[in-house]
Amino acid sequence: MSARDEIFATIRRSLKVGPVDAPRREAVAARLAQASAGIRPQRGQGEAAERIATFRFEAERVQATVAEVVAAADVPAEIARYLSDNNLSATLRFGDDPRLAEMPWPATALEIARGPSEGHDLNAVSAAFAAVAETGTLALVSGADNPTTLNFLPDNHFVVVFAADVVGDYESVFAKLRATYGAGVLPRTVNFITGPSRSADIEQTLLLGAHGPRRLHIVVVNG
Amino acid sequence: MSVAATTPRFKDNVHDALHDQRLQGALPHARNFISRRADAVARLPEFDALRDSARAIKDHTLAHLDLYLEAYERKVAEAGGHVHYARDSAEAIAVILGICKAHDAKVVTKGKSMISEEIGLNAALESEGIAAVETDLGEYVIQLRGEAPSHIIAPAIHVTRDDIEADFRRVHRDLAADRDLSRPEQLLSEARAILRDRFLAADVGLTGANFLVAETGTSIIVTNEGNGDLTQTLPKVHVVLASIEKLTPTLNDVAQILRVLARSATGQDMSVYTTLSTGPRRVGDPDGPEEYHVVLLDNGRSATLGGPFDEMLRCIRCGACMNHCPVYHAVGGHAYGWVYPGPMGAVLTPLLIGVAEGGHLPNASTFCGRCEAVCPMRIPLPNLMRTWREREFERRLTPPLTRAALRLWAFFAKRPALYRLAVEPAMRGLALIGRRRGRFAWLPFGGGWTRGRDFPAPQGATFQSRWRARSGATQ
Repeated sequence: MSARDEIFATIRRSLKVGPVDAPRREAVAARLAQASAGIRPQRGQGEAAERIATFRFEAERVQATVAEVVAAADVPAEIARYLSDNNLSATLRFGDDPRLAEMPWPATALEIARGPSEGHDLNAVSAAFAAVAETGTLALVSGADNPTTLNFLPDNHFVVVFAADVVGDYESVFAKLRATYGAGVLPRTVNFITGPSRSADIEQTLLLGAHGPRRLHIVVVNG
Repeated sequence: MSVAATTPRFKDNVHDALHDQRLQGALPHARNFISRRADAVARLPEFDALRDSARAIKDHTLAHLDLYLEAYERKVAEAGGHVHYARDSAEAIAVILGICKAHDAKVVTKGKSMISEEIGLNAALESEGIAAVETDLGEYVIQLRGEAPSHIIAPAIHVTRDDIEADFRRVHRDLAADRDLSRPEQLLSEARAILRDRFLAADVGLTGANFLVAETGTSIIVTNEGNGDLTQTLPKVHVVLASIEKLTPTLNDVAQILRVLARSATGQDMSVYTTLSTGPRRVGDPDGPEEYHVVLLDNGRSATLGGPFDEMLRCIRCGACMNHCPVYHAVGGHAYGWVYPGPMGAVLTPLLIGVAEGGHLPNASTFCGRCEAVCPMRIPLPNLMRTWREREFERRLTPPLTRAALRLWAFFAKRPALYRLAVEPAMRGLALIGRRRGRFAWLPFGGGWTRGRDFPAPQGATFQSRWRARSGATQ
């Protein structure tokens, strides 16, 4: 008997069920199809402005920094300002996301690189698929638009969030994923990111920038 | 079982741990978790309702585990991934070695995985000439030291900053000998730089999984450092090693459990990185692995379903039970002698390596109940430990002197009048002898207790006599 068959046989023996058990199968099929939501914490709910305020408060609580700009065209200047204010190199990498590509980068003095990271980039910017108010969490999806390596390899990660994409809870991100990719289908990687990388493995002391970015700067586009 | 357990020598381990000055200096750090969890719970009014929700989800999943596994493996295949089943550690190792050899792998980077500890994966890889590189900072430190994790989420909690500096100077020989490593930030930067090269050089990346999602065929890891993400994004092959009870029906179900996981573990509302991986990279993806394998380990879990210990399968490995355990705080994780320490380890270890080897651990509890009070999955840990004690007694694994003492106690306990006759004069006597100091620095048969602390002197009456007096007064 194969390992798989024996494990299934043991599970069914332990549960005292047979392999063909219509009510059990129906219960499982229904649960998977409905994917109903459970308890959603109150604190992420509310109108759009309230959600953005909660998102910002929670993200700053976990050592991210947040700036709000009026329009997408203001993003390059905000990133250039942040890099300059923190004495960071004036370089930036991003993927094929048209929302980023269309921004007026030439108006800044930033040296722009495109595509995934090879591991030597200092700064990268990604556009978020969504942002979650309840814990100040970003949701990013893999693909050529926003390569996953940009979320982890650079020292400083910028993430652009469009105000309409700020939702209350994780369930709303999952609903948006289902609507975008189809039921039961996900892109290769979905990253939920809550603050910059950290470790407390040395005597329980909180240190930022363990393996991922040391800084996470979020730019919310309100327009 | 692949990792040799020192659990049968638990009492010696405890003795050594209590007399290890260095360890006793490091252990207080484990108590930091208590207030952090309490703060996080206080910020979320729905926390206890979410615990009920999480418990119900896991109970439902386990009662339908065969069907959720079927749905899950179908979805993984649809996404272009491969699912492998392993009955035991040896089979899991064989599958992983097979994948590594197919890709002629020389370096395997690893995200944190307790299952890989359970099956002894690193030793198996090394014996085949494959370098296994732990990338979680704590795991990296203990790998340099040739040690096992002493905590399931803070593996190096028994190690001090000074130890880490000494280890880095010993192992990182290419770096300047006079470099400054006095601050924790400098240690972190050094590990980051060294491991960054390993991430980029790895042929295979292996991670564990906090959840396997039947709805989408997804594996999910929850980390703070980002090491798990670099592990699974950069190499050509991503191998997920997980045990079968990690199944969760839907993404929305995962959201319920996520809300209690980090809060219970580190006191964060959400860990920094919660990463959903589904299959290999897609057409047009510029990064991500080209192959995606999931190795599903049983190791006795299927036989645990439907039995007296099946509630243990709800465990999400948050570590809250050990973070709140007075025994763990006193002796640390290594004393438990195998992979899983603390209250969850005391229940799980006998299940995985047998009660003959692991039977001491369920006795390492004062039944204070804090573990059950904080368990996000509401696992009745003290009850399960008590069940193990009964098993141990029934199977005559308890030492003869303990058995005799228990029999003697049982003889009196079953005869209340006789019990009172024996206990009440003894308590009055002890109260009389101890009335001056109010405590005993030494007691006959009580050396094990009084070596470490005083025994408070009884006040004369027994609980039963006071209870009788009280009910007499209210009637």
